[in-house]
Amino acid sequence: MSEKKTNRRDFLFTATYAVGAVGVGATVWPMIDQMNPDASVKALASTEVDVSSLTPGKTITVLWRGKPVFIRRRTEDEIADARSVKLDDLKDPEKDEDRAKNPEWLVMLGVCTHLGCVPLNDKGDYNGWFCPCHGSHYDTSGRIRKGPAPTNMEVPKYEFVNANTIKIG
Amino acid sequence: MKNFLRILSLVIVFLATPLSSYAAEKVEYLKTDWSFKGLFGKFDRGALQRGYQVYTEVCASCHSMKYLSYRNLSEKGGPEFTEQQAKAIAASFDVTDGPNSDGEMFTRPGKLSDKFVMPYENVKAAQAANGGAYPPDMSVLVKARGGGVDYIYSLLQGYEDPPVGITLDEGVHYNKYMYGNKIKMSNPLSDGLIEYSDGTNATVEQMSKDVTTFLMWTAEPHLETRHQMGFKAIVYLIILTILVYFSMKRIWSRVETKV
Amino acid sequence: MSDHEYTPTSKAGKWFNDRLPLLTLANHLTDYPTPKNLNYWWTFGGILTFCLITQIVTGLTLAMHYIAHADMAFESVEHIMRDVNYGWLIRYIHANGASMFFLAVYIHIFRSLFYGSYKAPREIIWIIGIIIYLLMMAAAFMGYVLPWGQMSFWGATVITNLFSAIPLVGEGIVTWLWGGYSVDNPTLTRFFTLHYLIPFLILGLVVLHIWALHVPGNNNPVGIDVKKPSKDTVPFHPYIVIKDTFALLMFMIVFAFFVFYTPNILGHADNYIEADPLVTPAHIVPEWYLLPFYAILRSVPDKLLGVIAMLSAILILAALPWLDTSKIRSAVFRPLYKQFYWILVADVLILGYVGAMPAEGLYLLVARVATAYYFLHFLVILPVLGLKEKTLPIPLSITEPILGGTANLATARNKESSIK
Repeated sequence: MSEKKTNRRDFLFTATYAVGAVGVGATVWPMIDQMNPDASVKALASTEVDVSSLTPGKTITVLWRGKPVFIRRRTEDEIADARSVKLDDLKDPEKDEDRAKNPEWLVMLGVCTHLGCVPLNDKGDYNGWFCPCHGSHYDTSGRIRKGPAPTNMEVPKYEFVNANTIKIG
Repeated sequence: MKNFLRILSLVIVFLATPLSSYAAEKVEYLKTDWSFKGLFGKFDRGALQRGYQVYTEVCASCHSMKYLSYRNLSEKGGPEFTEQQAKAIAASFDVTDGPNSDGEMFTRPGKLSDKFVMPYENVKAAQAANGGAYPPDMSVLVKARGGGVDYIYSLLQGYEDPPVGITLDEGVHYNKYMYGNKIKMSNPLSDGLIEYSDGTNATVEQMSKDVTTFLMWTAEPHLETRHQMGFKAIVYLIILTILVYFSMKRIWSRVETKV
Repeated sequence: MSDHEYTPTSKAGKWFNDRLPLLTLANHLTDYPTPKNLNYWWTFGGILTFCLITQIVTGLTLAMHYIAHADMAFESVEHIMRDVNYGWLIRYIHANGASMFFLAVYIHIFRSLFYGSYKAPREIIWIIGIIIYLLMMAAAFMGYVLPWGQMSFWGATVITNLFSAIPLVGEGIVTWLWGGYSVDNPTLTRFFTLHYLIPFLILGLVVLHIWALHVPGNNNPVGIDVKKPSKDTVPFHPYIVIKDTFALLMFMIVFAFFVFYTPNILGHADNYIEADPLVTPAHIVPEWYLLPFYAILRSVPDKLLGVIAMLSAILILAALPWLDTSKIRSAVFRPLYKQFYWILVADVLILGYVGAMPAEGLYLLVARVATAYYFLHFLVILPVLGLKEKTLPIPLSITEPILGGTANLATARNKESSIK
């Protein structure tokens, strides 16, 4: 078998394998992608909430992507409390200004970062939330102050589409 | 090879016949050009948008479209309204939601994620309001009728006086293309019935074609993707087949007396 | 069948192989001597394996989204078609894949009928094949019920009602099958379970089918035994692997055409109407691959006898190795049998055609004649032919027909010992 013939045979087989591999990949991808969120789930990826009836000091809980989201309209005192905390005192240092761009409104996932329970509103030693499962205390900015939770309650992507409506996600 | 072709032709003949057996009425449907037919068929966006208008203004008062969501109106491959337009359409309908914190159901403006609102609560309500006949849901209607788009297109233009000797019951109409010729739906279309927002002249034929095109899309929203992917898949397979064929010849050349 | 010569090359391979001889198995499958004169009718075994895997993979991915409840089944299928990523593609592959699966299995069966692959010593391979075929029909029937359209519901009603033909216990069996007093939600959920289970039973039987095949080795178009390995055989890899791949690709082009361009042509429009227990469709028809048996069922005016006729039509195939008395395997050398073979093919196609038509008038008459002929072929024609037929002389080796009589004595064998 001459050098040339071997190379041509190898090229044919290599080309066949390569083209075949493309087909295998193209076939496998839909089987994997079908497990990704479908169009109806993605359509519910963001939700709009009417907060016009929320008075200062009140919190509502809404469902977003299957999880609870706390929306609290904070009072002046609560905002002041949150802003006055020294970062060194925090397990997960985060400035309140970074968590609540509009200081009057606190929007965060109502899921304890320890093991996922839903903390209770207006409870705990820091005037924020208290998680009854393992005793985590959160402050008026939703930051972890005492207890086993490692991080602050997560702030999702949100924006005010108008003065009365928050779009989450 | 000869035998294979013999059998293949027999099979095709036998397969083709049962498929047409349901045109038992032996009526030739009205023919027109459908932009979505053929290997490279695509939907005419204008027809889809006009068809949606016909559906909304003429049919939706009785016929539900329950498997469609408002967001489908702005998705690729369909009428492709802008997202703004689709949102506005959705918001023009009242959707039942709830229960609220008082335990009651309430209505709110529709969102993109909502399914099309149904004209009646359920099938029985629809029957009660239509003399016992259920106006079928239209989501997959085109696929649910053997004659497909040609049948729907013809039926919409097929209303005429019954032939001599045929008397119809109260509330029953004669239609040339309906299976059995008797239909409880009165003629839904007439020239100029609606005013198309794009200015097209709304003749019965135009509306029939547009709404049927729309119904083809509601039944097969991924038709264009399917055609495009199909073309690529078959071209790919042909290329790979050729490569494998030559590989096979190369490998088998090592065998002295291949039968 | 143990390969004494084979030892794995790597130390890890040897360690593993000593404990579970998978590498030896792989080596056997690669080297497996296959007659080199196999034609393209022999590629359908590989094609069928592809079909089974395709149905299992698409079925599993569909099952992640399908809801087996009468109130939600139809809607869940629409959800798959509209919202699930590539859902429409997976659903159409699965639905058309079932038709392709049956197309391939019929070609595979008719290959065996022509070349006598069911004859000694391959009877068990053949019988396992019949069992696989029966399970395929059961799986396909139950799968068709799952979308809960009009044909799903009424097809299920008609076919399950057949069991009431059994004397004494019939009604009880039907109620037991239904889980109620008519086809309803309990029927649907159990059909889903069984539809999910059966392909894995088929998979196990396919392993046995191939294992049983590897004992005597493949039949071939000439129908005479081949020494393995020898000049008359080639190792399975790469020769048969590449040929099966080529045939599979051609098959896939046909498959792709159905899936992408005419995905609903083999189905029935009525199945896009949601099931309604109060309205029976004008024509209840099963999918095309069940039509010949449907025709046989309807051609007998008595309910019980019709059921027995339909079942016998399939079970009679299991007796084929003993009904066919001919000592010659391949129809290539049986000119008279060859003609009756083609008549049988036409008969089955005719049965399929009338199965789709209303069971009345000329269609019914043709169905009855075709049914009678079907049984005549297996019960009368085959046994008589084998004894009376004048067959053509069979060659000494598979290469002899091309070499034109200059058979290599070293590879020639005793004529009488060709078929054992």
